[in-house]
Amino acid sequence: MSSSFRRLVCAFALVLSSAAFARDMRVCADPDNLPFSNSKQQGFENRIAELVAHDLHANLRYQWQRMGRGFVRDYLNAGQCDALIAIPANFKPVLTTTPYYRSSYVFVTRKDGKLRPASLDDPALHQLKIGVQVLEEDYTPPATALARRHLQDQIVGFETMGENADSIIRAVADRKVDTAIVWGPLAGFFVKKYHGLQLTPVEPEVDPPALPFTFAIAMGVRKGNIPLRNELEAVIEKRQGEISAILDRYGVPRLEMAPRLAAESRGGTQ
Amino acid sequence: MSHYDMPLMTFGLGHLSSKSASKERRKMRTFAQCDVSRPRVWNVAILLFSLIVLLCVTPNGRTARADSKSHTSGMLMPESESNYQPRPYSGKLAPDDGQWVRPAKDYASTRYSTLDQINNGNVQNLKLAFTFSTGLTRGHEAAPLVVNNTMYVVTPWPNKLYALDLTKPGAPMKWQYQPLPTPAAQGVACCDVVNRGASYDNGKIYYNTLDDQTVCVDADTGKEVWKTRVGDINKGESITMAPLVAKGKVLVGVSGGEFGVRGWLKALDAKTGKVAWTGYTAGPDKDVLIGPRFKPFYAQDRGQDLGVKSWPPDAWKIGGGGAWAWISYDPELNLIYYGTANPGPWDSDARPGDNKFTAGIFARDVDTGEAVWFYQYSPHDLYDYDAVNENILLDLPINGQTRKVLVHPDRNGYVYVMDRTNGEVLMASPFAPITTSRGVDLKTGLLQYVEEKKPTRGKVARGLCPTAPGAKDWQPSAFSAKTGLLYIPHNHLCMDEEDVAVNYIAGTPYVGANVVMYDAPGGYGGEFTAWDPVTGKVVWNIPDHFPVWSGALATAGNIVFYGTMDGWFRAVDAANGKVLWQFKTGSGIIGQPVTYRGPDGKQYIAILSGVGGWAGAIVAGGLDARDKSAALGFAGVMQDLPKYTNQGGMLYVFQLP
Repeated sequence: MSSSFRRLVCAFALVLSSAAFARDMRVCADPDNLPFSNSKQQGFENRIAELVAHDLHANLRYQWQRMGRGFVRDYLNAGQCDALIAIPANFKPVLTTTPYYRSSYVFVTRKDGKLRPASLDDPALHQLKIGVQVLEEDYTPPATALARRHLQDQIVGFETMGENADSIIRAVADRKVDTAIVWGPLAGFFVKKYHGLQLTPVEPEVDPPALPFTFAIAMGVRKGNIPLRNELEAVIEKRQGEISAILDRYGVPRLEMAPRLAAESRGGTQ
Repeated sequence: MSHYDMPLMTFGLGHLSSKSASKERRKMRTFAQCDVSRPRVWNVAILLFSLIVLLCVTPNGRTARADSKSHTSGMLMPESESNYQPRPYSGKLAPDDGQWVRPAKDYASTRYSTLDQINNGNVQNLKLAFTFSTGLTRGHEAAPLVVNNTMYVVTPWPNKLYALDLTKPGAPMKWQYQPLPTPAAQGVACCDVVNRGASYDNGKIYYNTLDDQTVCVDADTGKEVWKTRVGDINKGESITMAPLVAKGKVLVGVSGGEFGVRGWLKALDAKTGKVAWTGYTAGPDKDVLIGPRFKPFYAQDRGQDLGVKSWPPDAWKIGGGGAWAWISYDPELNLIYYGTANPGPWDSDARPGDNKFTAGIFARDVDTGEAVWFYQYSPHDLYDYDAVNENILLDLPINGQTRKVLVHPDRNGYVYVMDRTNGEVLMASPFAPITTSRGVDLKTGLLQYVEEKKPTRGKVARGLCPTAPGAKDWQPSAFSAKTGLLYIPHNHLCMDEEDVAVNYIAGTPYVGANVVMYDAPGGYGGEFTAWDPVTGKVVWNIPDHFPVWSGALATAGNIVFYGTMDGWFRAVDAANGKVLWQFKTGSGIIGQPVTYRGPDGKQYIAILSGVGGWAGAIVAGGLDARDKSAALGFAGVMQDLPKYTNQGGMLYVFQLP
């Protein structure tokens, strides 16, 4: 009896100590922004966060926050969470890891459409209505490139977040616009909901002098939190295969992780 | 109110980094402040600077600007009046019953009270009468109202309304009303969760909540009479303005001039809360309420469906142009006047055209909303120059003839004097340093943009003045009938538009503009300026380390009140700018001072303290001062504000002993 009691005490102590020592990994994520994340944890960033937490032997805790402007300042830098699962690799307000994927803005077109623009310099664009996402008070970068080519009259703006996030893809399917230029992960995910759509990466990759359409994506931590950054990098290195498999499942179109670009994004491309 | 999300830096006097040194800067630029904040640190630089300034000050007390010249090539500077003669106002003012029933005092928006018990002879004796804590820590921009011996205070989100009983000692709370706006509304407020106040009419208090509801509350009981939802936060719409109640209509305009919102002004029936008319800023004429009565003064504002044609095909639907600040009303002409906010998107190359009817002023029939005229201060706005600032309706002698005018200090740096019957610009004179334009052509009414200052992506544009918050933001001026001068609280800032930098919102990486704000020449961020609207010149000014973000109040006691972001509430002599009295409140001041006759027949002065707003978000939002990109790029120039003041909303009421 005494031995079974001792066993019980030991087991209890073990449970207690493991609870005390298992740390939390606090992740800031948007509650309603598929395919990236949502509060039902259905996004690919949720999947990747689970994988990271598992490897770090940490309890995954979410701080659900809309990723509008100022979110880094108001949430990550305010100490409400410790990590962002996806952030551009040369995003200056945070400390970033090595990138784990690279994607591109893409043209979304109908397969039965007569035109399949691949380049912003395609003269056919002058005949098309072109959907572009609206990000708070600005369009996404393709609009700037279009405006430079005097194509501003062809632009139709679409909301980016929440339940209307797929409206820009639906507009192509419903022939409300001829094409849309959309950030790859969002396009890749929603394009599956509709038949007969295709994606083509935007050319050029960088509109001179400094307007990029491809971005390498990394994880981010508060500046100075080098230990956590190193841990996350170790997970990325070890689990790149599984991470890529997750991205495949969500249809995230990806470009080669060109070593040159990866290096650049570490240092920033200002 | 466009947004910049990138680092900035401040220029400053590096060798004068202490708090007292900053105070020095303020004193040095002021010809005749009293010695209420005596300097603690003197150094050679300050002495030299003060000597130069003193030498440049003329006998009647103007602040000269000789020290600015070395920095000001190509910069348009305000002119000083060399021989100011007091010119009491000869026009008509609304009768004054000693109450304060709307933020701007009267329909003409003078913020002038005929009360004179407190005056330039005794104001130095002013002492605290009572205080009241709002229990909130965000920016307090509202004007308290006083009606029937009751004071009404609206707070920032969650937009509580308090009624205080002025007949009892200490003004205890009579009731409070809580509209319970959704917390999510805080996420769509661009620049702190402020509210600019309520309006009283016919036994009711009217105000707006951040989550787009206009409420009508019984002024005696605090019971809700009606509540109307006029906007949708999911579309980015919010409301921060104080409604104007005129001729049975409650006039309400939308905030969220950020891209994606389609700006509007609505008139609600004051009895029922039913929407009587909606005037959109952009779109086809029928939406903008443009019809046969629409007769703009200038050719460029005439034509069919300019609210569509001056945009790329679909862009007007999401083109911004809110109406988030002030409305004036002329009962004789039956017209209301209000300005519209900047167009979106920020990247102006994506919206070629004049982008009508943003960044301009509408005159509308108050009954029907029909537009009668429109004038665009900043066609195809490039710099976030919302045109929403106050319009003071006056009858002034212009070129020897009395004209019905409106006086409008715009964000673009000019005080406009316009004929309010037809929209003709009679004068446009710089009241702050300007580099983005070189004047207004009075023949065509066109702002003369400076080509080389136009921002384009991939190019750095330096030395842009005024900045995005403008030479002056929402902070309302006051007009004194005693001096005939307009008292303008404003900013004194310039900015650089830097190259592009990677940013990220909503899972989407993009490249955004980069802005650096800094003090304009002279090394200070704000000014309180006495302005002669007849000559278009500065009579005196009081520089301040920070932008002067409070409203102004003028009284028949020959004094003017305003507050500073580091918490000083001041009374200055209306004639010469001498600081006669000041009181350090618990937080920075961005509220609107008011005055009233109490139940005891005595005059009182009231102000809400509680720093915040766009400029003060660094304190109200508890932002990290090292993060210069905070507060839409404003925090960089404000980064020492947390050293001066702390957050906390408190009403202060003053009286003579």
